[in-house]
Amino acid sequence: MPSRTALLPPRHYLNDGYGIKSWLLTRDHKRIALLYLAGVTFFFFVGGAFAVLIRLELATPAGDLVSDETYNKLFTMHGVMMVFFFLIPAIPAVLGNFLIPIMIGAKDLAFPKLNLASWYIYMIGAAFTLWAVVQGGLDTGWTFYTPFSTIASTTNVIPAALGIFVTGFSSILTGLNFIVTIHRMRAPGLTWFRLPLFIWSHYATALIMVLGTPVLAITIVLVAADRLFRFGIFDPAVGGDPVLFQHLFWFYSHPAVYIMVLPAMGVVSELVAAFCRKQVFGYTFVAFASLGIAILGFLVWGHHMFVAGQSVYAAMIFSILSFLVAIPSAVKVFNWTATMYKGSISWDTPMLYAIGFIGLFTIGGLTGLFLASVGLDVHVTDTYFIVAHFHYIMVGGTIMGYLGGLHYWWPKISGRLYNERLARISAVIIFLGFNLTFFPQFVLGYLGMPRRYHAYPPEFQVLNVLSSAGASILGVGYLIPMLYLMWSLRYGKVAGSNPWGAVGLEWNTTSPPPTQNFLETPIVTWDAYQYPTTVEGHVA
Amino acid sequence: MSPETHAVAHEPSHHHHPAALAHHFEDLGQQSEAATLGMWVFLVTEVLFFGGLFLAYTIYRGWYPDAFAVSSHELDIVLGTTNTIVLITSSLTMAMAVHSAQLGHRRKLMMFLSLTMLLGLAFLGIKGVEYYHKFVEHHIPGPTFQFEEKYVREAQIFFSLYFVMTGLHALHMIIGLGIMIWMFIWSWNGTITREYSNPIEVSGLYWHFVDIVWIFLFPLLYLVGRHLHS
Repeated sequence: MPSRTALLPPRHYLNDGYGIKSWLLTRDHKRIALLYLAGVTFFFFVGGAFAVLIRLELATPAGDLVSDETYNKLFTMHGVMMVFFFLIPAIPAVLGNFLIPIMIGAKDLAFPKLNLASWYIYMIGAAFTLWAVVQGGLDTGWTFYTPFSTIASTTNVIPAALGIFVTGFSSILTGLNFIVTIHRMRAPGLTWFRLPLFIWSHYATALIMVLGTPVLAITIVLVAADRLFRFGIFDPAVGGDPVLFQHLFWFYSHPAVYIMVLPAMGVVSELVAAFCRKQVFGYTFVAFASLGIAILGFLVWGHHMFVAGQSVYAAMIFSILSFLVAIPSAVKVFNWTATMYKGSISWDTPMLYAIGFIGLFTIGGLTGLFLASVGLDVHVTDTYFIVAHFHYIMVGGTIMGYLGGLHYWWPKISGRLYNERLARISAVIIFLGFNLTFFPQFVLGYLGMPRRYHAYPPEFQVLNVLSSAGASILGVGYLIPMLYLMWSLRYGKVAGSNPWGAVGLEWNTTSPPPTQNFLETPIVTWDAYQYPTTVEGHVA
Repeated sequence: MSPETHAVAHEPSHHHHPAALAHHFEDLGQQSEAATLGMWVFLVTEVLFFGGLFLAYTIYRGWYPDAFAVSSHELDIVLGTTNTIVLITSSLTMAMAVHSAQLGHRRKLMMFLSLTMLLGLAFLGIKGVEYYHKFVEHHIPGPTFQFEEKYVREAQIFFSLYFVMTGLHALHMIIGLGIMIWMFIWSWNGTITREYSNPIEVSGLYWHFVDIVWIFLFPLLYLVGRHLHS
């Protein structure tokens, strides 16, 4: 319960050493999480700047703001920055890094030095890719399809690909660290089925990071060998197969979508329990659904290649398997709604994001079923329908979950409360802006507007103007939290150890936590989410 | 309302605290288990990393069996076999090093680590000779690639895969040698003890993995189909 006279604890991880060295050489997972927070926030706004230019260009049918070649670079760099340097690391490397050891009652991740190394690897990779951007960018699309990327493109493919290759190792090492930590570092009594669902979803995410990312790495090596030395592994001129590239690429990049969204699902499970004050309905099902999504996610990559000359039989199999992903996804959505049913719901900012996630993820997931059916997919392939679909998952899902989690654990991270009224307003702005931006794109795509063109027929203008207007609202919605969260660092009310009245080990230590997380190693004798069934007074 | 009252004191201060124990582990057993599991997970990522190459090899071999058999015949089977023996022997000396570390025999440990490094270097030297031959014969894929006219296109795919696969394997050997130097220093300065032999065991896992990759590369690249075109 928040106390009006709460004081920050005298010793905590933020005042345990000052100066640049105490941050850049830290092995504390909480400080490393904040280093990642700075990194991903920066790249979010870099990627966002490219989105601004894209939406400005598309406000009018004529290709008048930028040339077609520049436009190719804009959507490529928007995708590369957002996917590899924001969406993939955002929740695991920031919230996961901060919370996993605390939630399992450990002093740190299993390999603290490796954790710091992961951040440096991420930043070095990002530097290569930024260098490619500064040198004039690249125009291959974030998917680097061959043989365009290996033979035809004259832009900075190699530095950008090198950056993604390097950053991939950061992802691999983070996943490795999480797996070992969750297996070996749990507090006494904290059995697998007492773990918070946040941990389960991060465990599933870590499995994908560890199994998928190396395949992307080797694919980039082969692209580099083709482009630098003309090896020809993907070059039809010597008998190489460009479609093999697509298989290898999507073997990683489809599961990568689940690297983005599974952690957000973990966040939502925590939020729904905390703000409905109930045990998550069907805990075991939600936990196994995370693993189910991780496993099925590796078996559906072919649905990105329905029009790439894949055999009809392969397409049918991939179509059926893609439909199957809906089962564990729906299990989660149904269980969250069942948790809310007769819950004592409070409408604090994190809960607004959680509800936003559930709605938008449902739309993104259902349109995913449209795309899983081969016939319909052929009709909307490479149109704005696809663009809208994956933005509903990645922006409506991942970013909603990320912001919800950031708000929920912000008092734990910083020790202070943000301005709740402003936060609720901006959550609503983001929700409205998001839908105005991307819902018209479903219609545009269904009407046949192709993606990746800087000009379009005039009859599409109304919907495009709506989308661009929504994007500007969305942009404002993202800037407001930046401001009030930074403001709260200095001026926010002191939060106390448990401002939401939530259960979970992270709320059993001070805010901010001490460097070693707990003064005494906790012994866990209870299941997750043991909220009293009766409604208690809850201070918003 | 929250169950925090259940938390019980569990101070590590009354434990025996060995020098090698990192602050965030309870005891050396937990630390060793974490390191060993970490290496196994890392090796899983390596399987996937090389897996992409084995997939590409399988597909192209299925498409171009003749070109692959003819190209395979161009590789030096004597040097390849010698290297296989060298590498398997290095796995033996590595296993002996792990055994010596567990028994706390420091001098034997350093001797076996040195032998392992020597064999690793021998492997890389022989590999270098093979690469040099391929360079002289213009079998490096790219604009300068030369091969008998009938198979020149598909043979380039074979040699592309040959160089990427063996090249990445060699890179792993070089990294392995770096780890061995590190472990040698730790053995020499007394960091490795009978109680704390885990770093040697974990390094051994890596070394054996790199050997196993070669055990797959050797037959796929040097042996399969070779007799068809002798």
